[in-house]
Amino acid sequence: MATTQSQGKRRRSATTPAKNGSDGSPRDVKHPQLDADALIALYDKMVHIRLFEDAAQRGFRQGKVGGYMHVYSGQEAVATGFLDTFHEGDYVITAYRDHAHVLLLGSEPKAVMAELYGKGTGLVKGKGGSMHLFDVVNGFYGGYGIVGGHIPLGVGLAFGQAYQKTGGITQLYLGDGAIHNGAFHEAANLAGLWGRDGLNPCLFVLENNQYGMGTSVERATANTDLGKKFESYGIEHTKVDGMDVEAVLQVAHEAADRVRETGKPFAVEALTYRIMPHGAADFLEKYRTKEEVKKWRQRDPIGLLEKRLEDEGVDESRIAEIRASAKATMDAAVKFAEESPEPDLAELLTDVYTDDSLVRAAG
Amino acid sequence: MPVITYRDALRSAMAEEMERDERVVLLGEDIGVYGGTHLVTNGLIDQFGPRRVIDTPIAENGFTGAAIGMAMAGMRPIVEMMTWNFSFQAADQIIQNAAKLRYFSGGQVSVPLVIRGPNGGGVQLSAQHTHSLEGFYGHFPGLKVVSPSTPEDVKGMMLAAIRDPDPVIFLEAGALYGTKGEVPEGEYTVDFGKARVAREGNDVTLVGYGRQVPVLLRIAEKLANDKIDAEVIDLRSIRPFDSDTIVESVKKTHRAVVVQEQWRWFSVASEVAAIIQEQAFDELDAPVERVSGAEVPAPYARNLEVAAFPSEQQVIDATRRVLYLGS
Repeated sequence: MATTQSQGKRRRSATTPAKNGSDGSPRDVKHPQLDADALIALYDKMVHIRLFEDAAQRGFRQGKVGGYMHVYSGQEAVATGFLDTFHEGDYVITAYRDHAHVLLLGSEPKAVMAELYGKGTGLVKGKGGSMHLFDVVNGFYGGYGIVGGHIPLGVGLAFGQAYQKTGGITQLYLGDGAIHNGAFHEAANLAGLWGRDGLNPCLFVLENNQYGMGTSVERATANTDLGKKFESYGIEHTKVDGMDVEAVLQVAHEAADRVRETGKPFAVEALTYRIMPHGAADFLEKYRTKEEVKKWRQRDPIGLLEKRLEDEGVDESRIAEIRASAKATMDAAVKFAEESPEPDLAELLTDVYTDDSLVRAAG
Repeated sequence: MPVITYRDALRSAMAEEMERDERVVLLGEDIGVYGGTHLVTNGLIDQFGPRRVIDTPIAENGFTGAAIGMAMAGMRPIVEMMTWNFSFQAADQIIQNAAKLRYFSGGQVSVPLVIRGPNGGGVQLSAQHTHSLEGFYGHFPGLKVVSPSTPEDVKGMMLAAIRDPDPVIFLEAGALYGTKGEVPEGEYTVDFGKARVAREGNDVTLVGYGRQVPVLLRIAEKLANDKIDAEVIDLRSIRPFDSDTIVESVKKTHRAVVVQEQWRWFSVASEVAAIIQEQAFDELDAPVERVSGAEVPAPYARNLEVAAFPSEQQVIDATRRVLYLGS
């Protein structure tokens, strides 16, 4: 996985976080242009995610990946931009569309793929699957399957960082579907409250991909300006075009710096779109039109970035090279997953309690 | 040994550990400035300040979930449920996150969290404010569930709970907050998964926990007047569970009555009865009796509420049945 940070190559802006336009639309970000090397580094990460998801979907269709699986295709610019701000000691937590986040934080694609395949070499030993990826050493605290349920945890993680003066912040990702859940409202209220005392360095990243499963934002709330929901709890917020990785990068750095400095929460709504179905078993997509998907595909973040690379005069062969290298990585990940052994049956009864002797077997 | 109340024993366990360990914080509704609805945390905000004794809004899902996050981040939070009845609001956090995080993270995360508060009824709070949730929480692997009945145990078990690496559901006997008992001086813990023989006897084994224990001891004295020598076992811990102490007792008495305030179906008493028949079937001289609460939402009127919970007479009658004595 690409681990090169584009941060060093970026020309930092000293402006305050973006304010929304008066109509609530994302501000027209005049971000500083990144140089070709920085763009290539971002492209490399995003292509890795996309090709990982393509491989995962093939595995699902072949029946080698079980359960529920939700891919990130179309949303790559969001996590790629935000996790560019990651410092050691930071925490990241998200819901079940979690493959990209853990890969960007440095988990090996083969360990993530092996988890999807239910193998003992998987990231969480085959105990969690696609929805429960964890890599605590790299700052990734999951991976949760209940919409909204992880949001209070993220606020608590941020409290823990501030209370113990670690200097870290928590990036708390949530989807537009989760914002209507009571857990969000209770947790956001606590974040705003504790933030008044500098005890909540929590960066809320609202990944608005327009649909909570198949229910569009318009069909889920009478107040579709989702950032306003944070306002109720004293949390400042902004919006960004989540398909434009350069825009995301700038807003993300400004937001993360601000959270780090103040100990107060801040929220960014990233407008994005999943170009794939909700879950790998969402076949019909009756809730949206082919035309709509086609329109959004024209704003595919990877396609947009390729145009930028062309503009910067990056040779096509360089792009092909990146894609080939990512493909080779994913082929190797799939091979590793396929060839890995299933979890040892003894693993069934471990990790329930710290003391494994407290667990009873079936029968 | 000093004689103090159940409430004070509980408070001193938390206060002493907070002195020793900066990672320990308290969260809950009106636990600070107000002093706690049941005064368990009274005065602690003066001692430790609002950063460690955190008054929360009335949002159990939010603050319980946040406490889980704090525990994941290396803290040792103690959440007060003003009463366990409100924990249904937080059930998603407790069951879906706290209980399972260690497992679905492949052992990468542990949740050293205590959730405590009064459990059970008896003071006319009616349907929504009266539940005994030991069977409910005891069902879920990943949780530890305890129900101490004496000041000595409540202090030692609270200290064990705070230091436990896994989430602990700490069910206090709300009706016993004011009861007094001897409590050892200094630092001590009472391990989970060890039942206590509260009274030794040879004729019949009476099993209970929480506020049933002093009731069973009273009943045992009455039975003694009829020359029935009852052994009383205080389970103390619902999960992990001490089968051995019960089985040993039944091997001696050959008869058992299990008493609980909660509803009978899928309850702790059902589990105890099953364990006895599995592990001591040949020792039994009579079927195990369960004495439980009436299967109705808790009523308000005093006489109805009294009738909804096991009475001393019902326990005595059950005891006489397992001894094949007329009532």
